[in-house]
Amino acid sequence: MTPAVEIRDLHKSFGDLHVLKGIDLDVQQGEAVVLLGSSGSGKSTLLRCINFMEEPNDGRIRINGDLIGAERGGKMVYRENELCKLRTRVGMVFQHFNLFPHMTVLENVMEGQVVVLGRSKAEARDKALAQLARVGLEEKAPEYPSRLSGGQKQRVAIARALAMDPEVMLFDEVTSALDPELVGEVLKTMRQLAEEGMTMVCVTHEIGFAYHVANKVCFLQDGQILEQGEPHKVLKTPETSRVRDFLDGHSLFKLPD
Amino acid sequence: MQHTWNFASVFAYWDVLLIGLWGTVYLFVLTCVIGLAGGLVVGMLRYSKNGWISYPARLYVEVFRNTPVLVQIIWFFFALPVVIGVEVSAFMAAFLGITLNTIAFSAEVFRGGIQSIEREQWEAGKAIGMSYAKTMRRIILPQALKRMLPPLTSRGIEVFKMSTLASVVAYPETLQQAKLIASYEYNPIEAYTVVAIMFFLVLLPMVQLTYLLERRFGKSD
Amino acid sequence: MHNWDFAATLGDIDFLLLGLWNTLQVFGLALVFGIPLGLAIALGRMSRIPVLSQLCSFVIEFFRTTPPLVQLFWFFFALPILISVQMTPFVASVLTFSIQSSAFFAEIFRGGINSIDKGQWEAAKAIGMTRPVCLRRIILPQAVKRMIPAFAERSIELLKTTTLISTVSYADLMFQANELASKTFRPLEVYTVVAVMYFFLILVFSQLTILLEHRLARSGEGTLR
Ligand SMILES: Nc1ncnc2c1ncn2[C@@H]1O[C@H](COP(=O)(O)OP(=O)(O)O)[C@@H](O)[C@H]1O
Ligand SMILES: [Mg+2]
Repeated sequence: MTPAVEIRDLHKSFGDLHVLKGIDLDVQQGEAVVLLGSSGSGKSTLLRCINFMEEPNDGRIRINGDLIGAERGGKMVYRENELCKLRTRVGMVFQHFNLFPHMTVLENVMEGQVVVLGRSKAEARDKALAQLARVGLEEKAPEYPSRLSGGQKQRVAIARALAMDPEVMLFDEVTSALDPELVGEVLKTMRQLAEEGMTMVCVTHEIGFAYHVANKVCFLQDGQILEQGEPHKVLKTPETSRVRDFLDGHSLFKLPD
Repeated sequence: MQHTWNFASVFAYWDVLLIGLWGTVYLFVLTCVIGLAGGLVVGMLRYSKNGWISYPARLYVEVFRNTPVLVQIIWFFFALPVVIGVEVSAFMAAFLGITLNTIAFSAEVFRGGIQSIEREQWEAGKAIGMSYAKTMRRIILPQALKRMLPPLTSRGIEVFKMSTLASVVAYPETLQQAKLIASYEYNPIEAYTVVAIMFFLVLLPMVQLTYLLERRFGKSD
Repeated sequence: MHNWDFAATLGDIDFLLLGLWNTLQVFGLALVFGIPLGLAIALGRMSRIPVLSQLCSFVIEFFRTTPPLVQLFWFFFALPILISVQMTPFVASVLTFSIQSSAFFAEIFRGGINSIDKGQWEAAKAIGMTRPVCLRRIILPQAVKRMIPAFAERSIELLKTTTLISTVSYADLMFQANELASKTFRPLEVYTVVAVMYFFLILVFSQLTILLEHRLARSGEGTLR
């Protein structure tokens, strides 16, 4: 089966700073992959390369088999149009929600469908309401985002991404900006998505979520994947002392034996 | 039609222009210095908790902010003499109009700057036994001044440009002198172009300065 | 002591009201042309093309640093010789004030657009929007709300600056006042009435913008100052 995301020898630099140093990663369809690693290790950058919020400097990315960009003289070149289209196929949710404050919840979820995908208003509205129901926020449709709690905002942001019918969803520390008591509702929504078979790549510090929900855990260190594998293997019996130290730092989360 | 530029016809009158430049600078310095000092006073009055003090100050500010400077200058030049029975010179009319206007605008800047300082700072001053006046002078103003620097510099630029309005009552500043040259030599293109470039060259560094100040002091401290 | 006598002035109030109407025409047209032009210049200045960005910066700086009266004289007396067109006081006034206020509006637009959180661009990009679409649908609607106080302030400055057009013999309120003052020999009354007219005109305008600001603030997120 073709992987939903196939990354080969991915490199990314910001000026002189070499952030990603040759990443190889496959995400199978319906799989949930969690990226772990200390701050600055390149997790966000890797995630943002998958939907080309950042253009890689080198390497190949295939989404459901389609190579993104065109090869010219050994280098990949990307057209803005192609990338915009690609981003409708790969949804992204941010740490700070980034809802559009001048639109209602419903309008937030309709916006991309109407303006980018060209769906009719009526169709977009039905889809939006369905996605809001999926994250349990149907009754908030007419509200403005400023009236919602952080957890609710984040679930709306998830609905907004889902409404584009993405093939892959990317989550970048989506619970890090939330009050502790609101983290659970967002993780529950994500878990439910994973169980429904959505292909997901998540950056998170919630080790418990990684353990229970992920099919695969990757540990990033200095722009390279240091370890990857099934969660109970990487999280319980890590091969390197680096990963062990990292997990010790998160000892708040006691994993079941 | 092809115009042949002839700037020599303007620079032949460099002494006339120099007089104009001197007139501009003279008017600018006086209006700016007195305007800012007066603005500080009116701004403090406006900030006062006593209504008998703050209300007249507010009225003054509103009247002078909400009427055009040119109307003020003309009023002082043509109307004031009727009231006081004495001729008002072109310089005095321009000086009064621009200064009173600058006082009103800078008063608002000062008031805004003082108000932008958190009330904790006042309390901290009080807590170590400082009087109101002392807190204002030692704690509040030094911080507020920093925040006021960018808008005050912008005001200065506006005042400098405003000085050209004095030409309407024939005070010999730069534009008035250029008008003279243009009428002698029939060279309005060159004369007004030279004046425009002169102002641009003088004020460009000032504008750059405001950008710098905004970046340094604008948002946070 | 002078005997105030407003009879002559108020008797010719139609004459002044005509001037007011002419003032408002120039003011309105300068806004109609100046605001879109300001947006265009702001976008030019923020563009990634260095030549365009520098050119727009230059236009902004030039029109912000030169006195409006000099600009007006230049457009009225100099430009017609350069391009050999008939220049009326009206056209020169609208031209001058459209361009000069666009330079100020450009800076307001730029400030407003820059004040919007980068996350808004990111979120729009992530659902596949192109930059122009994002600007139109997401960024500008939010930015414009925040810019209203600055817009209002600048427009009031513009309204006050329109008095300069009396110097090129355009029959605005200021010009009509000058005429009336010399006709009636009552400068004190005429100029006082005119000052009061400007005062209330500006007062009404600023109250309207405050109303607009409140109206917009009630829909969704408020304006941030
Ligand atoms: N747009 C950018 N410009 C310059 N440096 C960046 C940019 N984005 C990220 N970096 C740098 O790249 C490195 C990795 O960042 P990031 O991918 O955000 O790490 P993580 O998400 O794992 O904390 C950091 O050193 C960061 O400072
Ligand atoms: Mg990150």
